[in-house]
Amino acid sequence: MSLIYRLASRNLLHDRLRFVATVVGIVFSILLVTVQLGLYLGFGRIVTTMIDHASADLWIMPPGTKCFEDPSTLDERTRFQALSINGVAQAAPVVIGYAEWRIPAGGTFPVFIVGSDLREGGLLPWNLVEGSLEALVIPGAVAVDRSYFDRLGVDGIGANAEIRGQKVEVRAVTNGIRSFTTTPYVFTTLDRARAFTGTAANKATYFLVRVTPGADVESVRRRLKANLSDVDVLTAAEFRDRSRSFWLFGTGAGFALFAGALLGMIVGTVIVAQTLYSSTKDHINEFATLRAIGSSGIYIHKVIICQALISAIIGFCLAAAMGLLAVAATANTALPIVMTPTLTLVLFFLTLAMCVVSAIAAILQVTRIDPVMVFTR
Amino acid sequence: MSEPVVEAVDVAKWLGKGAAQVQALKGVNLALRGGELTLLMGPSGSGKTTLLSILGCMLAPTRGTVRLCGCSTEGAGPEALARLRREHVGFVFQTYHLFPTLTATDNVRLALDVRGENSARAVAKANDALAMVGLAHKRDAFPLELSGGEQQRVAIARAIVGQPSTVLADEPTASLDGENGNAIMTLLAEIAKDSARGVLVVAHDTRILRFADRVVHIEDGCIVGERRGDAALEKDKSDCAVPS
Repeated sequence: MSLIYRLASRNLLHDRLRFVATVVGIVFSILLVTVQLGLYLGFGRIVTTMIDHASADLWIMPPGTKCFEDPSTLDERTRFQALSINGVAQAAPVVIGYAEWRIPAGGTFPVFIVGSDLREGGLLPWNLVEGSLEALVIPGAVAVDRSYFDRLGVDGIGANAEIRGQKVEVRAVTNGIRSFTTTPYVFTTLDRARAFTGTAANKATYFLVRVTPGADVESVRRRLKANLSDVDVLTAAEFRDRSRSFWLFGTGAGFALFAGALLGMIVGTVIVAQTLYSSTKDHINEFATLRAIGSSGIYIHKVIICQALISAIIGFCLAAAMGLLAVAATANTALPIVMTPTLTLVLFFLTLAMCVVSAIAAILQVTRIDPVMVFTR
Repeated sequence: MSEPVVEAVDVAKWLGKGAAQVQALKGVNLALRGGELTLLMGPSGSGKTTLLSILGCMLAPTRGTVRLCGCSTEGAGPEALARLRREHVGFVFQTYHLFPTLTATDNVRLALDVRGENSARAVAKANDALAMVGLAHKRDAFPLELSGGEQQRVAIARAIVGQPSTVLADEPTASLDGENGNAIMTLLAEIAKDSARGVLVVAHDTRILRFADRVVHIEDGCIVGERRGDAALEKDKSDCAVPS
């Protein structure tokens, strides 16, 4: 093995305190980037949870709908028009909207109502841990997520509350259906959702289209677009992208997360650059000696880059371990930090790139070394 | 007479800029031949180190030519000069300039590593070089675990491990006591016996005159005198002696 690695590692370990400071700088910088990008991914996933769990090939929605939570409505006639189009097997109506949950013990809490026809499906609660879907046919029945029990002032099946002056009873409990806002989802039947949100009986927010077996989704979409006026027809993937784009970039949240990640990178780069520069300065005699005995500039640059890479790898491993702890800690929160293999790989290469860029100042310094200085020191 | 291993022809060098500019060398001619230990002596500021730097391809002359193993350094950039140094020149410095974090073997091996030489072969050569300077038993020692004399021996091993045609030593005994100084000079004189290698030693210490084959005096940037050294005279004497 070449002495480059040995020289680099010993240069780093020669001043342990500075090495620890470098690694700590990298760890916190990469951890910040991990959290920001992990939140970005988590946010991107959670804002499309409802779309991901809907059984729809195509979504018919009011024109200009920006995201799933947009409560504009369509007329039922649109549904029948859609059903008359070749290739459409089903157009299940879904009604959404905000409502006020009155807690039995007093006080109110905003909730987000999601109503579907239990026979047609569409957007029904999933991950049921108590009760059943069938139980939702019972008058006043709703499904809520157990993570919101405290906020909703309920303690499980049979608990009562009031929405828009109507008595509701928890008949099904889900696990892990969390909203990225503080507003809990409340699932119920289509009619009840209309009643809770004040939506007219002939209106719905979405029609979720299932195409007939063997039909081409894109062709059906074209036909729907051609025959239905004043609607948007999107595939699930398109609606997901539109929702994500609205929440992440329409609101500025995504930019804020990216800005945080960028800040982390800049801070990390400055810290590593500063420590590499001062380390190089401390070892300037050795680099001058290397130059005097005939080493090429590239050999010396390799030593410095190797120092940067060693710092990067150690820093990344520690940051990744801490990042996994953060992922575990936020797994059951409204906004979990998500870590994927791709993100891990991206972070690893970002760390390497950050440290190599940091080495530039040190490299520029050694590039100017005059080997003659070995005679004067 | 053999071809010079390194040769300076009418070399002049100005150092500094503007009003602070000084002419350190004023048309120096010097040839260093294989199998010869040349002592370069002169007062402080006479241009010894500047000449050593130019002969060792660390500095480019302002005027004149330097030829190393027949190759002119004229117009060579920093990387080309570095290549000439690693292929043809070994340096020994007054303050050793060993790497404190590397063992004796690795310090010596460094001269081969910068050439990209295979690691296993480089380690073997470094250990051979350490054995040659009498430090086979100290190859795993770090510089701080070695005496000044031993450190200078490691530096000499580093200078010769790549079989350079020229060894340039800048006051190699200045940091050592008399005994260690003699040992180091004995070693350099031994190295200079190789007819393919010339050794130039810059020194103030007149006690080492006896090791020189040739003594060159430099003053104020000019070579002012040159004579055969004591070692050469001794050689001449022994060559002329009638066997009894």
